[in-house]
Amino acid sequence: MKIIVTVKQVPDTSGKVAVNPDGTLDRASMQTIINPDDMNAVEAALKLKDDLGCKVAAFTMGPPPAEGMLRELMAMGVDEGVLITAREFGGSDTYATSQILAAAIDTYGVEDDDILFAGRQAIDGDTAQVAPQIAEKLHLPQVTYAGGIQKEGNTLTVRRMLEDGYMTVKVRTPCLITCIKELNTPRYMSVGGIEECFARPITVMDYAALKDHPLIDAATIGLKGSPTNIFKSFTPPQKGVGMMLPGADKETTDQLAGILAARHII
Amino acid sequence: MDFTLTREQEMIRKMIRSFAENEVKPIAAEIDKTCRYPAENVQKLFDLGVMGMTVPKKYGGAGADMLSAAIVTEEIAKVCASTSDIIAGHCLCFEPIMEHGTEEQKQKYLPMLTKGGVLGGFAITEPNAGSDASKTQTLAVLQDDHYVLNGAKTFITNGSVGGVFVVFAMTNPARGSKGISAFIVESGFPGFEVGKHEEKMGLHGVMTTELVFTDCLVPKENLLGQEGKGFKIAMQALDGGRIGIAAQSLGIAEGAMEEALKYTNERVQFGMPLFKFQNTQFTFADMAMRIESARLLTYQAATMKNEGIRCTKEAAMAKLAASETAMWVTTKALQMFGGYGYTKDYPMERMMRDAKITEIYEGTSEVQRMVIAGQLLK
Repeated sequence: MKIIVTVKQVPDTSGKVAVNPDGTLDRASMQTIINPDDMNAVEAALKLKDDLGCKVAAFTMGPPPAEGMLRELMAMGVDEGVLITAREFGGSDTYATSQILAAAIDTYGVEDDDILFAGRQAIDGDTAQVAPQIAEKLHLPQVTYAGGIQKEGNTLTVRRMLEDGYMTVKVRTPCLITCIKELNTPRYMSVGGIEECFARPITVMDYAALKDHPLIDAATIGLKGSPTNIFKSFTPPQKGVGMMLPGADKETTDQLAGILAARHII
Repeated sequence: MDFTLTREQEMIRKMIRSFAENEVKPIAAEIDKTCRYPAENVQKLFDLGVMGMTVPKKYGGAGADMLSAAIVTEEIAKVCASTSDIIAGHCLCFEPIMEHGTEEQKQKYLPMLTKGGVLGGFAITEPNAGSDASKTQTLAVLQDDHYVLNGAKTFITNGSVGGVFVVFAMTNPARGSKGISAFIVESGFPGFEVGKHEEKMGLHGVMTTELVFTDCLVPKENLLGQEGKGFKIAMQALDGGRIGIAAQSLGIAEGAMEEALKYTNERVQFGMPLFKFQNTQFTFADMAMRIESARLLTYQAATMKNEGIRCTKEAAMAKLAASETAMWVTTKALQMFGGYGYTKDYPMERMMRDAKITEIYEGTSEVQRMVIAGQLLK
């Protein structure tokens, strides 16, 4: 049994957001962090590793500096990193990215008792599309928005957290689960992990390694092949502070109605 | 000397900074106010491999270097000097065992003090033997298979929460400092007792107590090093310990400057943020310069210690410069906060109280000057 986690290096949105002339993010000029939901996916994988002793591999697609992120994940306890990197892959949208990641995961190999974990969505694109598309391309069952996971044999019982309630789903391995922040609290890197992480293996998969895979269509990868067109990217103007009306009585609701009427909202 | 941090050291700084911000900072004011030992965070530090991180892997440590350890202390001290001091006290226990212990002692005690989650301490100071350790009065007499210890130690960091202590006692009082020997003493040994808890000006999260030995039976095999070599062991341990206190002082100073930078950019008086006043900026320039100087001295001493180079003078210089920087910076930073700095609504008064001890323990500033001057003639 092994666990594959897909992770993404994303811009640190607590800093300044920079945009290229073509509308894509200027990632090179921004500080990066590991996508927060992906950290929950890594923690879910490491918890299973703690219990079952299985191997955990982290997959990421990105420029070569993304290796630093993989090393940090290894310092948390991930056993192996797989870096998928090539100029041809640059600028891929979710459709193209999931194609490439699925091909890489398939090349690595998915066994019957394996589990794939991914974060729900990345904070840069906020699409939540990549992981479900990977599952579709690999013909794996998927359960999204996992807020709780229990494993018994080859069956996972997953508690999905939805806007209006919970849904409990049972799924057999191999499968893909997308994780949300309520699932767990990601652990810190350990000192021992840090001292060892640079000696652990990182596999690099480039264009040559994946181009002949049946899932790869050279016409639909990279910026040119991506069906998504970005019309415009911009930093939204900051909203002003809202108005709080304390109280839950008729006087307060009358006051609220008065304000809304004065502004011609009602 | 090149102080460019390695990839591992950079990563350790990132990890511990995140831990300090998320786990240590939120309870720093509370443990200070209630004089509470932060047991939950100490356990987490054990789990992360921070406690005893320089111990070799085969004895349960992470095999990290001294500079990494200094970086950890610095980052934690930025937000909570108490927590960093608990680590510093622990280091003073496992380091002499690591350096002078027999293979059996290392195999027994180092895993305990790393993965085992047992906190350590270092007991040398006595009511009448502070800066002058040669006046140690605690006696150790060999009787059959045990040394029998009698006496009391004072101001012992981790006193009531430690499980293992390196204790210094006289085995031959006639020889002064050459009659001192070091022992590994477990808190469970018969005749070991925790005495008075000190009520201190600062470091309220640290359990500083008296340790009392009444016919305390210490197995003969727990003698650390040879009889009469205790003073040398203590001085060597204190070289490392001083680097720890230098790193702690550096962290306190950096933490105070960061808080003051934030505050003076927000606080508006006479129509502009305090930071815009030239007087404020000049003070910040001096703070930054003193902090950087202290950092270079601290990192130099840590690097030397790591490479096995004798660093008595450099460690003393680092400790002296950093502790006086911590006191100076916290005093100036508090002044920038005005009346608010004097209240417990802001961390400045805690930082200033915590800074003061760095000029006193692990050798007062006066002792550091004695050490430095003494080394100049060698």
